[in-house]
Amino acid sequence: MLAAIFSSFAASLLAPGLYRMNGRAAGWFLALLPVGLTLYFGSFIAAVSSGEVFLFSYDWAPSLGIRFSFSVDGLSLLFTILISAIGALIIIYSSGYLAGHPQLGRFFVYILLFMGSMLGIVLADNLITLFVFWELTSISSYLLIGFDHEREAARAAALQALLVTSGGGLALLAGFLLLGHIGGTMEISALLESGAVIRSDPLYAPILLLVLAGAFTKSAQVPFHFWLPGAMVAPTPVSAYLHSATMVKAGVYLLARFTPVLGGTELWVFALTTAGATTMIVGAFLALRQTDLKLLLAYLTVSALGILVLFIGLGTSEAIIAAVVFLLGHALYKGALFLVVGIVDHETGSRNVRELSALLSAMPLTATLAAMAALSLAALPPAFGFIGKELLLEASLGAQNGAALVTIALVVASSVFVAAAALIAIRPFFGTAVPSQKLRHEAPFTLWLAPMVLSVCGILFGAMPSLVETPLVRAAVQAVVREPVSFHLALWHGPNLPLALSALSLVCGAALYAGRRPVHDAAARLQITSPWGPQHWYGQVLAGMNHLAQRQTQLLQNGYLRSYLLIIVAATVALAAGKLFGALRALDITRELDVRFYEWIVVGLIPAGALTAILSRSRLAAVAALGMVGYSVGLIFVLFSAPDLAMTQFMIETLTVILFVLVFYHLPRFTALSTRTELVRDAVTALAFGALITIVVSIGAGIQLYPKISDYFIEYSVPLAHGRNVVNTILVDFRQFDTFGEITVLGVAGIGVYALLKLRARKENP
Amino acid sequence: MTSLILSTAARYLLPLLLLFSLFILVRGHNEPGGGFIGGLIGAAAFALNAIAFDARSTRRTLRIDPRMLIPTGLGIALVSSMIPLLYTEAFMTGKWLTVYAPGLEEIDIGTPLLFDCGVYLLVLGVALTMILTLAEE
Repeated sequence: MLAAIFSSFAASLLAPGLYRMNGRAAGWFLALLPVGLTLYFGSFIAAVSSGEVFLFSYDWAPSLGIRFSFSVDGLSLLFTILISAIGALIIIYSSGYLAGHPQLGRFFVYILLFMGSMLGIVLADNLITLFVFWELTSISSYLLIGFDHEREAARAAALQALLVTSGGGLALLAGFLLLGHIGGTMEISALLESGAVIRSDPLYAPILLLVLAGAFTKSAQVPFHFWLPGAMVAPTPVSAYLHSATMVKAGVYLLARFTPVLGGTELWVFALTTAGATTMIVGAFLALRQTDLKLLLAYLTVSALGILVLFIGLGTSEAIIAAVVFLLGHALYKGALFLVVGIVDHETGSRNVRELSALLSAMPLTATLAAMAALSLAALPPAFGFIGKELLLEASLGAQNGAALVTIALVVASSVFVAAAALIAIRPFFGTAVPSQKLRHEAPFTLWLAPMVLSVCGILFGAMPSLVETPLVRAAVQAVVREPVSFHLALWHGPNLPLALSALSLVCGAALYAGRRPVHDAAARLQITSPWGPQHWYGQVLAGMNHLAQRQTQLLQNGYLRSYLLIIVAATVALAAGKLFGALRALDITRELDVRFYEWIVVGLIPAGALTAILSRSRLAAVAALGMVGYSVGLIFVLFSAPDLAMTQFMIETLTVILFVLVFYHLPRFTALSTRTELVRDAVTALAFGALITIVVSIGAGIQLYPKISDYFIEYSVPLAHGRNVVNTILVDFRQFDTFGEITVLGVAGIGVYALLKLRARKENP
Repeated sequence: MTSLILSTAARYLLPLLLLFSLFILVRGHNEPGGGFIGGLIGAAAFALNAIAFDARSTRRTLRIDPRMLIPTGLGIALVSSMIPLLYTEAFMTGKWLTVYAPGLEEIDIGTPLLFDCGVYLLVLGVALTMILTLAEE
């Protein structure tokens, strides 16, 4: 299982090399991986549909309850098969769509990275593992959206998607940590059993809101929907894969996955149905305004995601069945439609409906594929979308609260779907030719293979729903409802209310299509959303944060070493002083001091050196005096038998003097620039800091909170670390990790110093 | 500003000091010393050279760019930390090998010693990068 998940990451590492060696054929090679994965996950179908759940677990950080654990149940299986199968098609399609693109190799890296992360999300059985993969999809989708990184718009859209989804990701992490805390485990399969306990916990509401924030941002629910249409700057195969079939469904997956844990409460139903219904209507409304086919599909996706969230929120087993069937159908037809639009765009250079016409004779195959997929979008028999729509209507009529409202909203959204389907399937392919159109011809095999498979499946599953009913749908539904459900998918349910409503939406959709010009213009004129919309707020917040960051940098990081020191020291004193004031009682000044006369001499040298350094009018004298302070401290180390420290201190002092000598040439003449007020301020800060350290050390020496660890080090230094120098064994063995961190910091500091010096030198003599 | 006495002394002091720094590095596990101090002593040795002659000739003597010592040292430290992974033990577990050299007492050689060598090189690299860059200004 681990191999299956990580094979995508491994393949993404190999992809550029493979592309360099094989060129376009690399796409076919790479597609073998997801094909293999599809078969591998497909081999679980028989066992999973009979109710089995497979658990795979690998230790990661067991002391924190973090494990690489994965589970395969009906819900994950449905998603894994969608992800890997559509992934294979997309990789083949991309190798045709982006043929000749100089960075196709890089594209394969990103898309495989994304596929692996997506598989990780839907298979993860540990909250932290899930979160890690969740963030990985945000990052890889950032890379994919910004694929044309030389375009400003692509970069902005990528950043927007990253900020919105990873912002939600942070909320999700907080929610997961709380969930793990009250559930007592990070394992999702264990949490699924303790839903009742979690739902009655006082922390339930915050957990739910945090998890929803993660799911809603990822699945583009209002008011976070705006990043999804923006992400359409990505190459079309990316839009087809990420923004229809997989990534945006991650949020939906999350909600379905946690339905047994968090679902069913009033708050859950209210939040999900409100957000879902709003998104469904807003998405449909915004879709009316589009003439760009890709944007049109994007808004339809927003609307479809709203439908999914709405029905998961309703939570009845009918609603879950409808959601799962709709999800499957949507992945098929939306993927196909995006790819068809990609073909049209690729072959004619435009995807604006007003510029496309009469392509049927040139692209008969593409037109057929578009029509088949559009059948599903419009929910006409015999397409699979029809079954989904019937189930949605049936479930909404059976809803406990607000059945009428939900049904009306659904019919409205469906009407828009029908109109959009007609727009995509009819408008570009029929009518009179537009003279400005570029040359047009049928797409090559690599391009039409993927939409062909998806469209044919959409029709095939509709005509023979038993193909998916038992293997995929039933187990997925049971994983959410967690009880056996009996249902039968069929095209014909007899003349009932859902059928009538379907017909109604068909008529309304046809009317919308017929009057598309005035409808479009009216919708475009209703600019109610844009000035106050979330896009506007996003821009405002981003600008505000940049402004704030700039202000605080100017305030705290003004480039003067003295202000940094002043701020750090003053802040330390201010923060620690209050706490220490209460602890002053523990200070025992009556203690007998056993100090030898030569120790007094050394102790006397330190303040004397410090005072000389401050008062001296010569820079050289000040440096020498500082050296005196340093060497005296080294002497103290010698006297208290810390030879390692003493040696280090002496070496550092020596090298400091050398450094001072080297910079002396470059320093301006010594002058006194500080005013009296500044001197007083500095003196007060310095004295306060000195007092603070003295008190901390005096109190600290007398307090023993924990058993001393030094005895352990002394005892085990020879047997465990093979060394008699305890200090060194601590540095390179017992606390090796700390040392590693320290030398890393030291290395970075060295590079930093080098950069600073060189940068200055270049500025002076360009 | 070349002093004959200093440059003559520096010529002989450089190898001696370097040898001493290595001695400090190796003995560190049992007696006072170690990679950090050793690296600083080595840096001081080259610094002396740079003062006696100039930074350019020190760079020639050094042969490699001190900046390269930083990733090298860090890399050695990382590799030494990863050796136990080959024995399916936890990252940074000390692995030891006892060597019986004729005429000497038995010597323990282990990954922490290698780690210390990494520290030595890194400290040497950082200190020399700073000193030589400043000296060239």
